Amino acid sequence: MALPFLTPFTNWLAATPLSTMMGDVSWIIPTVQSAHIMAIAVVAGSALMVDLRLLGAFGEGESIPAFARRYLPWLWWALLGLLLTGVLMIAGEPHRALQTTTFVLKMALVLVAAALTALIQLPLKADAWFWQDRKTLGRLLAVASLCVWTAIVFCGRWIAYSQNVQP
Amino acid sequence: MSGIWLILEQLPWAIAIREGAYLFPMIESVHVLAIALVVGTIMIVDLRLLGLPDREKAVRRLTADVLPYTWAFFGLAALTGGLMFISRAAVYAAAVPFQFKFVGLALAGLNMAVFQRFTFRSVDAWDRCTPPPFAAKLAGALSLCVWLAVIVLGRWTGFVIL
Repeated sequence: MALPFLTPFTNWLAATPLSTMMGDVSWIIPTVQSAHIMAIAVVAGSALMVDLRLLGAFGEGESIPAFARRYLPWLWWALLGLLLTGVLMIAGEPHRALQTTTFVLKMALVLVAAALTALIQLPLKADAWFWQDRKTLGRLLAVASLCVWTAIVFCGRWIAYSQNVQP
Repeated sequence: MSGIWLILEQLPWAIAIREGAYLFPMIESVHVLAIALVVGTIMIVDLRLLGLPDREKAVRRLTADVLPYTWAFFGLAALTGGLMFISRAAVYAAAVPFQFKFVGLALAGLNMAVFQRFTFRSVDAWDRCTPPPFAAKLAGALSLCVWLAVIVLGRWTGFVIL
């Protein structure tokens, strides 16, 4: 059991009308999961574009701030969508998520990915040439961002296979 | 047809994926990642065809930058999807959401082919700052809808197979 202190909360959540209703109506969970995957697509696509630009894979004729302005608002809104659909998925199957180590690891990695994204985005507000002047650091951050988002997707799928605790 | 599925299921890789504890989840994770990147990059093009977030970026430039990655990730999704399929080919082939997923993929391909063959030819007239023509907006909107359906049907397949 990954999070013993959450057990009372998990049991309470599993007994709520929302949770039992989501368990009873068979289409709700696949629908929420599909919305979650669509939001993952938006985050993955946006992160990929900004990271590839930082890596110099394309867009040399276009500034890094232009890429950040174009894609990162979508990333943040989709991340909010992931949190909302994620909360719904937890409400529907509390034990599946809240009692697994993989879920805790995934949430930690989400914080890291969000921090990396902010680290890429925020310096551009003060200095549009920030990453132009620090190409190596920018590339390192881009690779780190791609790796962490990838790890998050793996953890997400892995939650489905680490149901070691049943109510 | 069912004979072919049974032959596929007896391939050494199919047996390994079916019987190994971690192979299937590992392949499935790569599949989800690849799909997210396929759909994520396609959405960037689709939204641009709809004029979102703006018309500043040239359509020609955007598609040239993005679509090679889309195809690479599509290849990865097809490969990992194929590996999951052969592990239980007969069950997948008989699953209705799975069958409709391929109808969706065919429609996505058809929409893209029509766009490339006809609409994209006039791209010079609406490459930057100009509203894309109705046909381009339609292609973008159809693509968004079809890929959403493909994702729903794919996730649904996972529930039917269990």
